[in-house]
Amino acid sequence: MTKIAKERAENVFTDFKAAYTPQQALVEANRCLFCADAPCIQACPTGIEIPQFIRKIATGNVKGSARTIFDSNILGMSCARVCPVEVLCVGKCVYNEMGVPPIQIGKLQRYSTDHAFAEGWRFFEAAPDSGKSVGLVGAGPASLAAAHELRRHGHACTIYDKRDVTGGLNTTGVAPYKMKADRSEDEVEWVLGIGGIEVRTGVEVGRDVTWGELLQAHDALFVGVGLGPDTRLDVPGADLSGIHGAVEAIERVKLGTVDLSGVEHAVVVGGGNTAIDAVRELRGLGVADVTMLYRGTEPGMSGYAHEWSAAKDEGVRARWQTQPVAFEGQGRVQSIRCVRLDQAKQPIAGSEHEVPAELVLLAIGQSKLEALLLGLGVTFERGRVVVDEHQATARPGVYAGGDCANGGKEVVNAAAEGKRAALAIHEYIVRVT
Amino acid sequence: MPDLSTNCAGIRSPNPFWLASAPPANSGAQIQRAFDHGWGGAVWKTLGVPIQNVSSRFGAVDVRGTKAVGFNNIELITDRSLEVNFREIYETKKKYPKHAVVVSLMVETRQEWKDIIKRSIDAGADGLELNFGCPHGMCERGMGSAVGQEPKVNQEITSWAVEYSSVPVLVKLTPNVGDIVPHGLAAQRGGAHGVALINTIKSIIGVDIDRMVPMPRVGGQSTNGGYCGSAVKPIALHMVAQLARSSEFEIPISGIGGVANWRDAVEFILLGSSSVQVCTEVMLRGYRIVEDMIEGLTEYMSSHGFDTIDQMVGKAVSGYSEWGDLDLNYETVAKIDAQACIGCQLCVVACHDGAHQCIHPNPQGGPSGSRVPIVDESECVGCNLCQIVCPVPGCITMEEVDNGFTPGTWNQHMAGEAALRPKKGAH
Repeated sequence: MTKIAKERAENVFTDFKAAYTPQQALVEANRCLFCADAPCIQACPTGIEIPQFIRKIATGNVKGSARTIFDSNILGMSCARVCPVEVLCVGKCVYNEMGVPPIQIGKLQRYSTDHAFAEGWRFFEAAPDSGKSVGLVGAGPASLAAAHELRRHGHACTIYDKRDVTGGLNTTGVAPYKMKADRSEDEVEWVLGIGGIEVRTGVEVGRDVTWGELLQAHDALFVGVGLGPDTRLDVPGADLSGIHGAVEAIERVKLGTVDLSGVEHAVVVGGGNTAIDAVRELRGLGVADVTMLYRGTEPGMSGYAHEWSAAKDEGVRARWQTQPVAFEGQGRVQSIRCVRLDQAKQPIAGSEHEVPAELVLLAIGQSKLEALLLGLGVTFERGRVVVDEHQATARPGVYAGGDCANGGKEVVNAAAEGKRAALAIHEYIVRVT
Repeated sequence: MPDLSTNCAGIRSPNPFWLASAPPANSGAQIQRAFDHGWGGAVWKTLGVPIQNVSSRFGAVDVRGTKAVGFNNIELITDRSLEVNFREIYETKKKYPKHAVVVSLMVETRQEWKDIIKRSIDAGADGLELNFGCPHGMCERGMGSAVGQEPKVNQEITSWAVEYSSVPVLVKLTPNVGDIVPHGLAAQRGGAHGVALINTIKSIIGVDIDRMVPMPRVGGQSTNGGYCGSAVKPIALHMVAQLARSSEFEIPISGIGGVANWRDAVEFILLGSSSVQVCTEVMLRGYRIVEDMIEGLTEYMSSHGFDTIDQMVGKAVSGYSEWGDLDLNYETVAKIDAQACIGCQLCVVACHDGAHQCIHPNPQGGPSGSRVPIVDESECVGCNLCQIVCPVPGCITMEEVDNGFTPGTWNQHMAGEAALRPKKGAH
């Protein structure tokens, strides 16, 4: 495993949601009503016993609080920071029904899980060696959650990743005002602390190893390869320099340094959460004029309203119902020729106009890794690996989870799917092999 | 505008709010400041032979984030010289002639009582309060609650004080007894003009679970203290009401014990107190709380048609009866306002785990369905627990059911005079 660089562009960011002090955590924890059959739990993909972990903070049992969180979700530390709690647990807090500010569940979860990391508390031990082994492809949240759970059942695990960093999008893609790459690496190490998980980085399926060899080497496989590269925009001028995929650009901010000299106007094309992350990050990195350019309307955007609201507060502008038709410039992009769209997303005649942009990030989706997985014997639907409710693919012994199976959701979904797959793999291994 | 002026056992004050004999009433400067804030009277911190106090004197009980719901202390009577105290009483009385300055006293011998009473009255005391209640420290020396727990001693010392005093004498009673009535009657027989209650309750406020020593910790040791604050109000209300409804007990009551706001004060007055004394809430929040107490009481009196405090005193006493005289045929059931309900289901778990298993999750519930619980009224015993745990004011109401039975008490039933409705939830 390679440690990430110390000097990274993301270092200029501070936490958007500051960590709680003990006093703040106590006040907030004591507000929790301790609901029965709580809606916040139902809203959590990993089903964390939220009222219990909060009550434990209130009584000073922070260790027990962290245990409760990790018992449901071993990635509880990163989820506390990156979860869209506004639309999950916090959004379902019953206080919303009363017009009272909801419990800040994410911040309380961060409080307990940060404590666990700082104190070095460990809660789980691997079961005695089962003699079985599982290969997990992709070192992101889904595989990490799966591997940890598999170790609790005694199965040997090997995680393969083509990159030299681990943690997947938690390391390379999370907005730095939520979590930085080194914190993601801390989490990977913490998860691996259970022992018995071998991580082989720089190993790419198809180049360094074949699916057949992996199937041969392991009793079961878990596929958590995520999504492919950013989708490109097929318009004239798309090859000019200064035009990048948003996921790729964010990765550079996360892992290295970026040169934004000469960039006064930046445009991010898209209306999803990656687009919102990209505009906020560009603002944070000091670009004066950052515009989100989206072909739909503001209420119709797929990005979270609370994230967009924060972006607006930070000075980001938007051009709604607008679509690029060409990039213009000499060698380097200088402007985008755009057209306005009507309600049916059809170009409005005579609406062409120029939008200045020395930097363009494309956040219009990521490609699927269907090609990579051909030959594995799994089936696809709209590019996603088809899985059942236990994350099992069409091929016995092969399971999948995370973005490659769900099409691109949250870390918490990947964590839930990884764990669910691990339990199914355990059943499978015990039953079949 | 209602008249808040108060006459408790002949001690007059502009309103019924007095500082209790305690740290907030330790000195002239403090009491004068309190009067400036609006307090109607003060009972001067107990005078006697000055003592030496310990470091670490107070402790508190916090409940779910709320600080100091209960409080205790191991402080003793005044540690300042009598000369200083009497001079300050004189000065205070001179500056505030219309406010009540009552002097709390605790000494041992008859001669000491005679001397200290004379000096108090010479200094200008409007009344005396005999401290027969302090449950820590002083009782080990044969004073305080050691007196209050022995009706004969209580009566005798009271009679001395009454003999020597030209101003009204209140006897401050200890709650550390099985039944308060004999002790109130002892004070009455001794000639007391009124009683004040309750003093603090013997208590250990908590244990330092790391050092394994009770609190408040004085080095490696602690001692039992006197419990007070909001948590003790129910005990105080009961004892006040016990005396107020006793047919033999006839003298006025100054109510003490967990009075933190005007609502508490109204409760004490309705159960028979003609003044109320406050300590803990002042220790926690300062003299300024009296502003709201005066406003709240005034507003309450206006809205309930009272012109004077006297009209209010004891208005709830007749509503306090024996269990055997309660109407067993009176029936209520819980009703949940579906619009107000926020779906926390605290009532469900409370009813299931702590009551009679009659409130259930909505059968049309589930993640997207209604979370408004269902009350099985045929099983609901009307216990109030759901209403108590519900975080939404007014969401759960306990509504009376007309079950067709005429009122019938246990006592009537045992005399063969009443038919009782069938029991609910008893299977």
